[in-house]
Amino acid sequence: MIHSLFLINSSGDIFLEKHWKSVVSRSVCDYFFEAQERATEAENVPPVIPTPHHYLLSVYRHKIFFVAVIQTEVPPLFVIEFLHRVVDTFQDYFGVCSEPVIKDNVVVVYEVLEEMLDNGFPLATESNILKELIKPPTILRTVVNTITGSTNVGDQLPTGQLSVVPWRRTGVKYTNNEAYFDVIEEIDAIIDKSGSTITAEIQGVIDSCVKLTGMPDLTLSFMNPRLLDDVSFHPCVRFKRWESERILSFIPPDGNFRLLSYHVSAQNLVAIPVYVKHNISFRDSSSLGRFEITVGPKQTMGKTIEGVIVTSQMPKGVLNMSLTPSQGTHTFDPVTKMLSWDVGKINPQKLPSLKGTVSLQAGASKPDENPTINLQFKIQQLAISGLKVNRLDMYGEKYKPFKGIKYMTKAGKFQVRT
Amino acid sequence: MTDSKYFTTTKKGEIFELKAELNSDKKEKKKEAVKKVIASMTVGKDVSALFPDVVNCMQTDNLELKKLVYLYLMNYAKSQPDMAIMAVNTFVKDCEDPNPLIRALAVRTMGCIRVDKITEYLCEPLRKCLKDEDPYVRKTAAVCVAKLHDINAQLVEDQGFLDTLKDLISDSNPMVVANAVAALSEIAESHPSSNLLDLNPQSINKLLTALNECTEWGQIFILDCLANYTPKDDREAQSICERVTPRLSHANSAVVLSAVKVLMKFMEMLSKDLDYYGTLLKKLAPPLVTLLSAEPELQYVALRNINLIVQKRPEILKHEMKVFFVKYNDPIYVKLEKLDIMIRLASQANIAQVLAELKEYATEVDVDFVRKAVRAIGRCAIKVEQSAERCVSTLLDLIQTKVNYVVQEAIVVIKDIFRKYPNKYESVIATLCENLDSLDEPEARAAMIWIVGEYAERIDNADELLESFLEGFHDESTQVQLQLLTAIVKLFLKKPTETQELVQQVLSLATQDSDNPDLRDRGYIYWRLLSTDPVAAKEVVLAEKPLISEETDLIEPTLLDELICYIGTLASVYHKPPSTFVEGGRGVAHKSLPPRAASSESTESPETAPAGAPPGEQPDVIPTQGDLLGDLLNLDLGPPVSGPPLATSSVQMGAVDLLGGGLDSLMGDEPEGIGGTNFVAPPAAAVPANLGAPISSGLSDLFDLTSGVGTLSGSYVAPKAVWLPAMKAKGLEISGTFTRQVGSISMDLQLTNKALQVMTDFAIQFNRNSFGLAPAAPLQVHAPLSPNQTVEISLPLNTVGSVMKMEPLNNLQVAVKNNIDVFYFSTLYPLHILFVEDGKMDRQMFLATWKDIPNENEAQFQIRDCPLNAEAVSSKLQSSNIFTIAKRNVEGQDMLYQSLKLTNGIWVLAELRIQPGSPSFTDLELSLKCRAPEVSQYVYQAYETLLKN
Repeated sequence: MIHSLFLINSSGDIFLEKHWKSVVSRSVCDYFFEAQERATEAENVPPVIPTPHHYLLSVYRHKIFFVAVIQTEVPPLFVIEFLHRVVDTFQDYFGVCSEPVIKDNVVVVYEVLEEMLDNGFPLATESNILKELIKPPTILRTVVNTITGSTNVGDQLPTGQLSVVPWRRTGVKYTNNEAYFDVIEEIDAIIDKSGSTITAEIQGVIDSCVKLTGMPDLTLSFMNPRLLDDVSFHPCVRFKRWESERILSFIPPDGNFRLLSYHVSAQNLVAIPVYVKHNISFRDSSSLGRFEITVGPKQTMGKTIEGVIVTSQMPKGVLNMSLTPSQGTHTFDPVTKMLSWDVGKINPQKLPSLKGTVSLQAGASKPDENPTINLQFKIQQLAISGLKVNRLDMYGEKYKPFKGIKYMTKAGKFQVRT
Repeated sequence: MTDSKYFTTTKKGEIFELKAELNSDKKEKKKEAVKKVIASMTVGKDVSALFPDVVNCMQTDNLELKKLVYLYLMNYAKSQPDMAIMAVNTFVKDCEDPNPLIRALAVRTMGCIRVDKITEYLCEPLRKCLKDEDPYVRKTAAVCVAKLHDINAQLVEDQGFLDTLKDLISDSNPMVVANAVAALSEIAESHPSSNLLDLNPQSINKLLTALNECTEWGQIFILDCLANYTPKDDREAQSICERVTPRLSHANSAVVLSAVKVLMKFMEMLSKDLDYYGTLLKKLAPPLVTLLSAEPELQYVALRNINLIVQKRPEILKHEMKVFFVKYNDPIYVKLEKLDIMIRLASQANIAQVLAELKEYATEVDVDFVRKAVRAIGRCAIKVEQSAERCVSTLLDLIQTKVNYVVQEAIVVIKDIFRKYPNKYESVIATLCENLDSLDEPEARAAMIWIVGEYAERIDNADELLESFLEGFHDESTQVQLQLLTAIVKLFLKKPTETQELVQQVLSLATQDSDNPDLRDRGYIYWRLLSTDPVAAKEVVLAEKPLISEETDLIEPTLLDELICYIGTLASVYHKPPSTFVEGGRGVAHKSLPPRAASSESTESPETAPAGAPPGEQPDVIPTQGDLLGDLLNLDLGPPVSGPPLATSSVQMGAVDLLGGGLDSLMGDEPEGIGGTNFVAPPAAAVPANLGAPISSGLSDLFDLTSGVGTLSGSYVAPKAVWLPAMKAKGLEISGTFTRQVGSISMDLQLTNKALQVMTDFAIQFNRNSFGLAPAAPLQVHAPLSPNQTVEISLPLNTVGSVMKMEPLNNLQVAVKNNIDVFYFSTLYPLHILFVEDGKMDRQMFLATWKDIPNENEAQFQIRDCPLNAEAVSSKLQSSNIFTIAKRNVEGQDMLYQSLKLTNGIWVLAELRIQPGSPSFTDLELSLKCRAPEVSQYVYQAYETLLKN
């Protein structure tokens, strides 16, 4: 099982270590540093690194490497999932997950880690339960604790931990009972030079915020549940009911949680809401190139596209760019060769464009690679797959909750090749 | 007011200050001090000196303080064992606390104190906690058993904790079950032989029930445990699959992958005709695709596993090619894995898309990735024949870009394409030659040289091209040097007139001026070949080469099957079985896929050799199911030892002998050996005597190709086959065969002297082999053998020689010496010479043994078109010591039950189903069961040989 955990910042300092079994010397991380040196970028450090006696499994998030040390054959996905869970928990506890924040809260971090694993076996990883065991620090609580001498460690067994619904604590009370569901879809797509779609898929999630008193039992049904043939559920969802009736039936955790995530990959179901017209040309003879891109709406179901940001990694040979946008602001970083254009909203009547010239290294041959354009955008009030919630019902409690459903479509990894 | 204040005390008397604070009367101050201590500990400072003071704070009602002290204890108890005993009382007391949280905390911490002295005191509290009324305490205690086992395994066994743990598998609380399973699995990992997780249908049912209700982590443990179970039939397999499939929709990717493992493994048992089989295949695709939308680290592990799954069952993801298309900002480790899978999924239907993508990748920035993409184009050409032309033209386009590393990679893969489709695309050679100067990497240079040598007759200036490489011969890497040597020899054989000088030059460069033994050996071999027999040299050097195929980069099937059992583990990430990399001599048990149910088409089963395999084809690689030797020694030399007692002892000696080197016994017996002076053509001084061994073994490798051809398909006594052609043994030709008559084995040899010189002083020696075959008497050739004379000798053999597992199992390496030299050859002996006369098993015994041997050991084979009926089969086999024990007639088919015993005491049981086929011919279906399943393949060959002749 998981032996130890090391937190390493991007400059290669170990700033926290935690051992669940015997202590493993931090020199084991030398193998990690070697791999880190070999990789050109932090993102490229391989997640599984063998050493003579141990295996190092790592994830890289928030500019911190979380490196787990294992000694025996342990499912690596289990370790990596767990590491991500640790990061999520830190974020949940402290708002952000960064080196200074972790250092500021080192005792809580240590207590939480101790609670999450026992001898390398996961113990409590649901943030609801953890928060009952170890209360997250708030300014108010710190002040109160110092005055009264009380602690931020719960001394009661978390109620949910062994019940049939381990994700929910008992005795929840709210004055305003509310349940919000956000249907968020991200489009991952690769569009080729000519504008035709090479791959496109939708990664959808339903994120929920449920603040309901007692033990509510909810059912959520869809207008078109057939869309969802590839789904992953939160453990609270009753799978049998979904199999037979295509209805989500569940006792929700308290607070924020991801109810389900789904995946739509059938190409004909994935509408592409934007197009990019581009004309980027470098010539062999001259040290100047032409650059022109225009962004326009395609299948938007009448909604506005906003928050559009175009980024592109220019070839190494590009020295500078002199461009004029028809709207928004743009920057070009001559060191990283990164072009970024913050477009904002797309007005279908007046399409935003960015035009100008590219100056290349004099004398060098024209760049071999073509820049890929990366696109970000948002569309409010639309789930691009067409998924629609039909109704939400509550059983088991008497009050009438306030219910809300929001839809949103975003670009995930949306790339246009030129 | 943040915790960072704990780090700020870096003054000199820090420890002293902390000590004072820890002993303060004020609770608050104490707690703050402990926090400071912990903070120092987390950043790796040594605060062990404070041990007694911290332990003093343990007796407190404040839970936070208690936990902090426990944290400290776990870290430092080992370095202060005497002090740690002070804590025992508190633990024992806490285990009785009314608050379950405190009880659990105590039992949890206890197990983390890795001090032998203390563990004894903890047994009683642990026993109580294992039976605690509160499930939270029980589940914590379960893990504690695993901890304790890690510290003192004997203690845990003596105290009977393992049995208590096994009982917990039937606990009413699913979390307790999951933890008990996890703890048992961990303990079992360090004791592979202990039957800890003895699964039966009842316990499986309990696990499946708990599976639905426990946490995601618990589900992983339970699924991994389920994967080790072998259902008794396909019905049970299906019902388990049905209950596991809902896990595919879990949000935790580790749960999903563990479920995939269970399904992939049990699917093996389901018949392909079953509707459910198809449904299951369909259900597997979406979750695998979903794994690819997770974080890159998860994607990486998933992709490594998908790589295995795609090789085992390509049908699952054949329509999902597009999800493996690479995004430009994927991390490099994800990109490379995706590329690999794209090639595995490439087929005629999607090749156009794939090629377009690959071409796109070849213009990316990342050099490693671009190289791999170019290689991928070549692999596509080799895999999908219809696309070869398009691939070649894509590669030519890429060569036109003149990007140096792209050109070099392209040339390397074009070489492979030539090897797959000879005489098809040679028109592109001209284009390749244009780029000769830009090649600076050894692999690309070697590839180009190979092309020039191979097609020397079509390249007008081949000699000039090769000569230009020769100038800097000593600066080239070995790879290029070897290739250049071969290419020039090829050129010489094709155009002997113009290139004599060139070949002389390269041979002397390789043999006289080089320090590299490989290069020198190859040089000498060519030199000798060319000087003794140029015609033979032509046959050897310009021999038709076997075509390469895409299988070369597939994982070998037996390994793949094993790896499928390890889906989701580190083994699946490395694509190596755990035995090759797991720490220590744990002797990890091998896993294998369960056999398919009887209804399945046995013709597809991988064990079935194609009927009428071409003669001389090497038998399949023996699956490395454990150490065969171990099997030979331990399993079958049990109670019924009926072989000669002498054999037993010498077999064991052989095992000890294994520690020694391989061929040294051979070499040792031939002190006059192969001196450097025996080489005729090359300058003698260049070969020091100790180089003789590698050179001559290299030679015998060459001979391997031709020797032992006829032995496989011989009759009962196979006709003599040429084992050592005269050409390769300075005029001595040896042919021979093996016989077995009334209990004695002999090797019938025919020696012919085709040289012009009299031969004397014959001797023979065998290398150690799988069954300890050895000459029982020296080789007796009474008179000197004059030129053109032939002598027939029957050499009696026994089986008391040294044992070493050979590859293939029935391989026999022989050294023959005469006054001229020592010659080596190897041959395959038919297994039936090892069938002993007392191989008839008692009927009852047969039944019991058949049942006793596990089903995995059963191998099925088909023998088609046998010209005999049941009676004839039985009597024919009987004469070769295969005894028919019973005969039955089931639905018009004759079934024979037979037994045989090998010289080393291994029993092989056989069930022979005789189906009337075409008139006067019958089809036989042979099922073999044996404790050492490796021999089955060879017993089958013996059967076929006996029945067809």
